[in-house]
Amino acid sequence: MGSSLGRMNKPPEERAKDVTTVSSAEHTRRDFLYIATGAVGAVGAAAVLVPLIAQMNPDASTIAAGAPIEVDLAPIADGQIIKVFWRSKPIFIFHRTKKEIEEAQKVNVATLPDPEPDSARVKQGHDQWLVVIGICTHLGCIPLAHQGEYGGWFCPCHGSVYDTSGRIRQGPAPRNLLLPPYKFVSDAKIQIG
Amino acid sequence: MSGHSTYQPQNKFLQWFEKRLPLGGLIHSSFVVYPVPRNLNYLWTFGGILAFMLGVQIITGIVLAMHYTPHVDLAFKSVEGIMRDVNFGWLLRYLHANGASMFFLAVYIHMFRGIYYGSYKEPREVLWILGVIIYLLMMATGFMGYVLVWGQMSFWAATVITNLFSAIPGVGDTIVTWLWGGYAVGNPTLNRFYSLHYLLPFVIAGVVVLHIWALHVAGQNNPTGIEPKSDKDTVRFTPEATVKDAFFLAVFCIVYAWFVFYIPNFLGHADNYIPANPAVTPAEIVPEWYYLPFYAILRSIPDKLMGVIALFASIIVLAFIPWLDTSRVRSARYRPLFKQFFWLWVIACIGLGWLGSKQPEGIYVIMSRIFTVYYFAFFLIVMPLLGIFEKTKPLPNSISESVLGAKV
Repeated sequence: MGSSLGRMNKPPEERAKDVTTVSSAEHTRRDFLYIATGAVGAVGAAAVLVPLIAQMNPDASTIAAGAPIEVDLAPIADGQIIKVFWRSKPIFIFHRTKKEIEEAQKVNVATLPDPEPDSARVKQGHDQWLVVIGICTHLGCIPLAHQGEYGGWFCPCHGSVYDTSGRIRQGPAPRNLLLPPYKFVSDAKIQIG
Repeated sequence: MSGHSTYQPQNKFLQWFEKRLPLGGLIHSSFVVYPVPRNLNYLWTFGGILAFMLGVQIITGIVLAMHYTPHVDLAFKSVEGIMRDVNFGWLLRYLHANGASMFFLAVYIHMFRGIYYGSYKEPREVLWILGVIIYLLMMATGFMGYVLVWGQMSFWAATVITNLFSAIPGVGDTIVTWLWGGYAVGNPTLNRFYSLHYLLPFVIAGVVVLHIWALHVAGQNNPTGIEPKSDKDTVRFTPEATVKDAFFLAVFCIVYAWFVFYIPNFLGHADNYIPANPAVTPAEIVPEWYYLPFYAILRSIPDKLMGVIALFASIIVLAFIPWLDTSRVRSARYRPLFKQFFWLWVIACIGLGWLGSKQPEGIYVIMSRIFTVYYFAFFLIVMPLLGIFEKTKPLPNSISESVLGAKV
């Protein structure tokens, strides 16, 4: 390094040669400083990305508004489907008739696109209550109740058909209607969330 | 291929300025003496038309933003306020809404032109890819702008399009929640779409500058697809090209004005005059006309993930055609087979657009599948093979020979 003054007097090609030899032959303090500076810069840039990306996730008020809700089942008539909202998602509560329960139970599960027995989709001892998230698993439209040839739902957007257990039977949707987390507080009241 | 700038301002101030920032010389060499092929037809005026439409959208958009409120309770109301209360609000909004349609109409003609005359081929690959990027940005911008109206179609378009990302295995739902900023499309979604809808046109403008820069490096293609060889093959950008561009821009504006003043809602959907209702999906949801072919491709495939992949692939494949097309002859004028396959492909695109507006059942599904297969086959099979098997017609020796006959 002490020869830097002398180097200035050499023709440019030779000077370039000097620089290359110095940097490739041995690891200097300067190499270390370059790498360390670059690494700290990269970590810093990555750290800045964290808040920039995280700010787009649901904020505290949105999460707080997603607290559990209670729904009184008493007013829902036999065969009726009601729609409530939890976390801005429509939840279908279906008071199934005997016939509809039987239809859901007698299906050969192995033939379904997303095989699930009816018993796995209701709470034990509450066969008449089907509680599902009312969002088509294809692209998020809200299916229409009591339509389609399986007595459940029909999605008007791309033609998915669900049965009385909310299982996908026909069309492009890949999965059965999802089940929200819920529990029976009493026989006539559920808590969703 | 920038023109010889002989720019010598007479004015003393301009001379002083030019020495410090040679802006006049740049404009003079790029837009005055810049040589353009002498045989350009009217299809080459759409670049200028597109630049004009971008300007119209930015100006009307900035003005509309002064009257619009990006909040779920007020968005629809503020749009109606623009229509009824704001001075000339109806005109500005119709110019903006129909402007988007005219922008897409022009870009489709521009793209068909590029494919027909082989404008994507060496040395214009980067120019072409920048164009594909502009098109993608236009699609994102147009989609988010449509959501801002916050009618039924807006809301459900936002839901369906953002849900496309839920098809990604594993992280799909996390990504969608992140896009929404909630558990469904809601106020945070509307806010961020507003912010991005304002931003993206300026990003487009930036990429347009690169697009024009790349154009001025490679020079314009022309209907013969052969490069200009002498001064006889070119004319000056101004006045020849400028006047031709201006004339056809005026013709284009007549069509634009006809939509704005006579049938301003023809291209829209009536359901978007119903305020957004997260509890009810409209009986049939369709996107704006300029997305219909891609919507048809999505629906033609019965599997969710594959449908989404096909949708994105149908656009991304455009970026690869400089290498998929193996023919060394650019213009379809001298490629008899390519010409036929090209027009079939145009029919497939328009057919898919028509099918995208139909209910996905019966014969419509079968037709969309056939057209989808051909859409991809054109790029992935026809383009690579034709370069090997096609017997092309003899090329003229020069552009001027093709225009004036062999004797000259």
